[in-house]
Parts: sequence; structure tokens; C-alpha cells
Amino acid sequence: MAAYTPGELMIARAAREIGDRELVFVGMRLPLLAFLLARSTHAPQAVGLFENGVLRDSPTPDPLITMSDPPNLRGARMCMGMELAMGLLQAGRVDLGFIGGAEIDRYGNLNTTEVGPDGAVIRLPGSGGACDIACMARRLVIVMKHERRRFVERVRYVTSPGHGTGRTWREAAGIPGGGPAAVITDKCVFTFHPRTREMVVASVHPGVDPDEVRALTGWPVVIPDPVPRTPEPGPEDLAVIRRYDPDGFWSR
Amino acid sequence: METKIYTLKEAVGLFVHPGDRVVMGAALESLIPFAVGYEMVRQGIGDLTLIGPISDMLFDVLIGAGAVARVEAAWVGNVMMGSGYNFRRAVERGEPRPLEVVDHTNFTIQTGLKAASQGLPYLPTRTALGSSLLERNPGLVPTRCPFTGEPLVAVRAIEPDVAVLHVQRADARGNAHAWGNLGVTQEAAFAADRVIVVAEEIVPPWVIASDPNRTLIPGFRVSAVVEARWGSHPSPCQGYTNRDHGFYREYHRASRTREGFEAWLDEWVTGLADHTEYVERLRAAGRLEALAVRDHAYTVAADFGY
Repeated sequence: MAAYTPGELMIARAAREIGDRELVFVGMRLPLLAFLLARSTHAPQAVGLFENGVLRDSPTPDPLITMSDPPNLRGARMCMGMELAMGLLQAGRVDLGFIGGAEIDRYGNLNTTEVGPDGAVIRLPGSGGACDIACMARRLVIVMKHERRRFVERVRYVTSPGHGTGRTWREAAGIPGGGPAAVITDKCVFTFHPRTREMVVASVHPGVDPDEVRALTGWPVVIPDPVPRTPEPGPEDLAVIRRYDPDGFWSR
Repeated sequence: METKIYTLKEAVGLFVHPGDRVVMGAALESLIPFAVGYEMVRQGIGDLTLIGPISDMLFDVLIGAGAVARVEAAWVGNVMMGSGYNFRRAVERGEPRPLEVVDHTNFTIQTGLKAASQGLPYLPTRTALGSSLLERNPGLVPTRCPFTGEPLVAVRAIEPDVAVLHVQRADARGNAHAWGNLGVTQEAAFAADRVIVVAEEIVPPWVIASDPNRTLIPGFRVSAVVEARWGSHPSPCQGYTNRDHGFYREYHRASRTREGFEAWLDEWVTGLADHTEYVERLRAAGRLEALAVRDHAYTVAADFGY
């Protein structure tokens, strides 16, 4: 049995997306832990920006459940309003943004507004800042659970645009940011084909059968052969994750 | 000295009317004016349009109470738990009444409120290009820059009747200090016709004047000031109240069914006379000790001398 949870592997993999000195639009849940992990390991000078206006360049003194929890403000470098935080994003000064999603398609378009089979509507909470981050971050990384109902050929509602219908769709639509660069699930890591912008498997997590990835993905997905494997989280990674999520609220 | 101090009951009764467009939760997950939301339910003020960036639980409570006709927001739910069940029931089944939803992003809410605060009909942005929001929200219109021809989105001004702001402290005239993450609070305050300020503490005017950079809104823009310790509960108020995570978890479980929500509403809102009884119930349940600030962290004073 693995000595880590799928959530911990996703967090460790997501943390590798963060470069030192980068300005990162953090978001919540797993990405928040990925940011704290990156800061504590290979990216000690990364700066985190939150849509509520908090900017911080040090780990929080206590674990967080939401970005507005008091420990996230204690020791922050700046508490600005949303206008300036989103302004940094809009001006192209945010290197990396993280978001999650309920439903995603082969070009990385995300739906967090409404799902359901024909006619039926299951109402989801909506965009929050996800559409803003997806449109305007220089690089976008998506972190979500890999289930067949979530990985669909085409989302019915584009809450947060990915690469649209592929190729040069974003440029033609005038969307400023670079769009999705990676999708990290509990089964594998996807990147995007440089020309078609279609999601392709970059690595499959240890112990996961590539056929399972095929079965859980709603389009004929490309998996390289031999299958590259996602690196496992190391002991240092796990120690940091467990320090910031002691009850495993997000990582278990 | 002119005073704008009212009780919670008076402030809601005088300044929130049926059918009003009301901004609440403008700071995001903190400083949410729950006490005012609960009082609106007690007074049966209905047909409201609720406006906000994200709403952490409070909009779901008001929707479940049947007080809301329309929501203009980026996100409605329970941040730590996920979906808001009353929001879902209202949209999916029209229960307890149909709900019109105008979907925004956090940034388009900010931009629309900013436009209203500046007296402008709209402001441009680069967000939401290529999204389905443009097809459903008539207040988001694709346009082009008149100078460069670049694609942009015009965000129509969002004009609230009332902004309800929870703050740490205010004086009797409504000059208010707030600190921490403020989200779109200032835009909301300057965009609204009426502003209700709910403060953890009422302080003498010299306290506010000692640190004018911390002033969120000047008193002349404020209709009412209410003193309500714990008024943001279960949301946090930096320096006063920690977040009551368990309360959000329990609400999520209780509101899974309509009957469960009705029992919750009776226990925490309609079955209580006012905010004082609510605080007493929290105290009796032993919740307040855990929510009080244990480790104070005061700022270093700034010198305004000359």
C-alpha cells in the first residue's frame, strides 16, 4: 500500500508547477496546499495572490480552510482589494493560476455552472474567480478528480475557457492569458498538444492502469507508450502537506 | 453630535425594503453580515435581488427562507463544503420559489460595482471573453477598444440600493474602519444608495480620525450604524471573531433536505427574537470561547504627527 494518498500526490505534483519567484494566483483546496509546499521546498521566493486581496510571501502560521481565514491575513505582505489583485492578473503579471472544476472537456474548457443529462439541470455554484484566472493567467493549471462524468467530449457551459475548439481559438477570441498548460487528476497528468491544444496524457500515477485513464476519459485519449509515471511525493513533501492539512481535510 | 446609531431591527426596517437590490458579503469569506441577513428574514423582507462576488452560505439561507427573487453573483454555495442546497432547489425545482440567476465572475462583479461607484454606465475588462457567461448575462457585452480594436467585454454598472458592510469598528456617524481582505467592499459601499454599517464596536470619532488610511467609508455615505458583537458569525472578523467551521459543516448537513433547512432556520433565525438571543444560543452551546481571539497581533502605530 502506498504511504501517501492520491490527494497528497496531486498536491506534490501541482507544487512542481510553481517556479521560484513566480507570482501565483493560488485559489483554494489542493492548490493552496501546493503553494505552501512549493514555498517550503523549491520555490521559497514564490509569491501568492488571492482574489480576496491577500498577497503573501510566507507560509501561514496555521492551517486554512478558506482564503479569508484569519491566519492567511496574519503576516500577509499586503491586503489589497480585489481590484488590484485582478488588475495584476489582467495586466499579465500573474505567472501561474490554479483552478479546479466540476466538468472538463478535451480542450480544457471548464464548467462549474450547470451539469446534467439532456434537459435536467444540476446547478453548481458558478465561476467565482475561476473564469478570471482561466482567461488572464499567463499559465493555467487545473486540479480535479478524474471521473467519467467529469471528463466529457464537450462541456455544455463554458464557465472558464480553456483552448475552446483547439488550435488558435484563444488568440482569435482575444483571450489574453496562455490557457491551460496542465491538468492534474488523481489518476494522471495531462498536458496540451502544442499545435492542436488537445489534452494528452503526460504521465500516469504509480499503480494506475492506463486503461483506467482511458475508461474515465470521455474521448479517445492519447497515452504515450511506454507510459511515463508521475513521480511520487517524497518524505519532505508529505511532512509539509501534513503540517498544513493536519486533519487531511483537503488531502485525504 | 449627529448620530446614526440604530438597533439591528431598526436599521433593517428603515433601510431595507422589499424588492431592494442588496450587496452583502463583499469582502468574500470574511466580514459577512450574517446578523443583518438573519434580521431581514425575521422581518419577512422579500423579493430581494442579492448581489455579491461569492456568497459563503448567507445567500443560501436567504434563498431558502424565500426572501430572494434574483441573484447577481459569481458563486453561490458553501465554500468549505461545496454546493448550497437551497440555491440548487430554487434553481432546479423552483423551491421555495423560482430564482432568477445572473451569472458573473468575481472580477465582473467588481467591475460593475466600480462603474456604479464612479457614476459610469459600464467599464471594460478582458475577463469572460470566450465564456458562456456572455450568452446568458445581458450585462456582459463583447465590444472592442475604440483605440486599438482589441476584443473586450463591457460590464454594465451594477447599482445596488443597499450595501450591508460588517466592519471592526465605526463611530456614531458611520465613519468606519475595516481591515483584512476587503474584496469589493469599497466599490459596494460607494456604489449603493444606502449603506448599513454593522460594527463589532462603536468607538469615539478620534479613534477613526487617528488612522484615516484605514477608513473604508466616510460617514456621510452611511445611513445607519449598528453595534453587533459577533454579527459576522459564522464568518470571521479579523481581531474579533474566528471562523466557525463547524457551523458551516452543520448547516450543510442540515440543509440537505427542505425539512432539515426549515428546522435549522427555526433554530437559528426565525425562532429567535433577535441577534442578542442568537449570541446567547452560541454562548450556551459553548461556541464563543473557541471563536474568540486568543493570540492578539496589534499593528505598529503609524505617526500622523507633523
